[in-house]
Amino acid sequence: MENRSFIQSFIARAEFGPLVLLIVELVVFWGINPDFLSPQNISNILAFTVELGLIALAMTLLMTSGEFDLSVGSLFGFSPVLMWTLFNSGVTSLEMGLLIALIVAALIGLVNGWFVTQLKIPSFLVTLGMLLVVRGSALFITDGFPQRTWSAEGSWLANILVGDFYVGPFRIYASLFWFIGAAIVLGYVLTQSRTGNWIQAAGGNPNAARARGVNVSRVKVGLFILSAVMASLAGVISSLRTSAANPNSGTGYELEVIAMVVIGGTALTGGRGTIIGTVLGILILRVMRNGIVLIGVPGLAYNIFIGAIILGMMALHSWLERRHQAGT
Amino acid sequence: MAEPLIRMENIRKSYGRVQALVDANFHVNEKEIVGLLGDNGAGKSTLIKVLSGAVPLTSGDIFIRGKKVMLRSTSDAIAHGIETIYQDSALVTQLSIARNLFLGREPIKAPRFLNRMDQDAMNAVARDLLRQVGITKNIPPTTPIGSLSGGERQAVAIARAMHFDSDLIILDEPTNNLGVAETQGVLSFVRSARDSGHSCIFIAHNIHHVFQVVDRIVVMRRGKVVADDIDPKKTTVAEVERVITGMSDKEIRDAIADGSQHG
Repeated sequence: MENRSFIQSFIARAEFGPLVLLIVELVVFWGINPDFLSPQNISNILAFTVELGLIALAMTLLMTSGEFDLSVGSLFGFSPVLMWTLFNSGVTSLEMGLLIALIVAALIGLVNGWFVTQLKIPSFLVTLGMLLVVRGSALFITDGFPQRTWSAEGSWLANILVGDFYVGPFRIYASLFWFIGAAIVLGYVLTQSRTGNWIQAAGGNPNAARARGVNVSRVKVGLFILSAVMASLAGVISSLRTSAANPNSGTGYELEVIAMVVIGGTALTGGRGTIIGTVLGILILRVMRNGIVLIGVPGLAYNIFIGAIILGMMALHSWLERRHQAGT
Repeated sequence: MAEPLIRMENIRKSYGRVQALVDANFHVNEKEIVGLLGDNGAGKSTLIKVLSGAVPLTSGDIFIRGKKVMLRSTSDAIAHGIETIYQDSALVTQLSIARNLFLGREPIKAPRFLNRMDQDAMNAVARDLLRQVGITKNIPPTTPIGSLSGGERQAVAIARAMHFDSDLIILDEPTNNLGVAETQGVLSFVRSARDSGHSCIFIAHNIHHVFQVVDRIVVMRRGKVVADDIDPKKTTVAEVERVITGMSDKEIRDAIADGSQHG
């Protein structure tokens, strides 16, 4: 009986659906093309997964608080451009360039948060506006051309962020540890800390939270800053790994990141969020992108599958939610 | 006579040209349940909103145990020991019972810099409180509010007010949309709150519910308190209805007959 209820509560969890889907994906792709699980392919999937993943982790907390951020993709492109421009023009060292890029990102997050909480403008409109401002700035300072980069190998900054080494046949990037660390810390914040309780309350019933003395605005502004800084960091990591800084990079990432978060089980309307679910959501989309190419489906068909996954998972989550509300 | 817990004097509140409260005088004694009655638009909700810090008053004074206070916000009122429970709006449905009880005042485990909630302590207190307010059903404190019934949610809100030692618990229509058994449950939570030393203001459309639980009835009409010392044990529902409408028995009968003719 005890066992049965354990299984039942496991199945009722928001993370169960995404977990099953991920396993099905892995089995199907591996069944069709055994190369899918080759060390080289797994290394490839992981390398890019963590870069979008960092943004998705921060977005999970922001969406739990009832807001979202469309400007993350543009920051992903803007921050490395800013860093390299500062470095190439001889104004700062690369490390100082990174620090300035992160501070600028934090300020952008602060502005987003201020517009949403103080002027009461929906985050959709605020961050859409910011997306255009940031992307426009990136294009303006570069004239639309990619920035000159040098191979960053050897720099301690590059080593810390994207240094790679081999574990057996697997090529592992340092960014994987940053991702795992961020997932653990943010998972802890959301489920164990007092701040996490406030984040969930801010998204679930902001008036009730305010009445209990929770500073809902401060919580949200903090999360907008976190989201902007993580997007900036992810952009820099990607740029150092590929030795490229293109003002157009990150276009469309905001929607892919939001898709990862909702597929994992976080409510778009706020109040409920799961970091484990987001990690699964990240893997589901990245594995799908990699797998369909590997089994010979034209890459252009990718969005069909992603759209179907989003619709399917939303149907599942809403069904679970209704069961949950009914108290069964 | 001892100084009452809450005293509101000459309270005026106008919304533009509409006078919602006209020199209303109102008080609540220690360990007392006051039933606040009145027709729609009589000013009950406005009086309560002023007292809970939700709307600012235009003029007048509020005293708590004889000391004049300014209630600028709901958190101001809570800090002064005044807790208002609106149906549904006070709780976060996605969070568990225990997390709702302690929202904003979560106990922290050492070491403090980890900012970690002491969930065991929260659950233990929650379990205890649920028993105190008379929930006999075995509901784990980790249950999300979303899966509780309306009456159970009221109970959680009342339990929270009791735990944080609110002196005054204001219940705005707590029995609306509840079944018979649940209503009785809520009424017994209110009694147990009084018995453990809290005062309550009970607002309900259903006069019978008010009669079952309150010590004193206050009636408002057109923004004024027109009766503030009705003892429910020494009067009848019909009598109170007359005070609420301001009409005589015959006038009420005529009005009903009139209504049915037109209807």
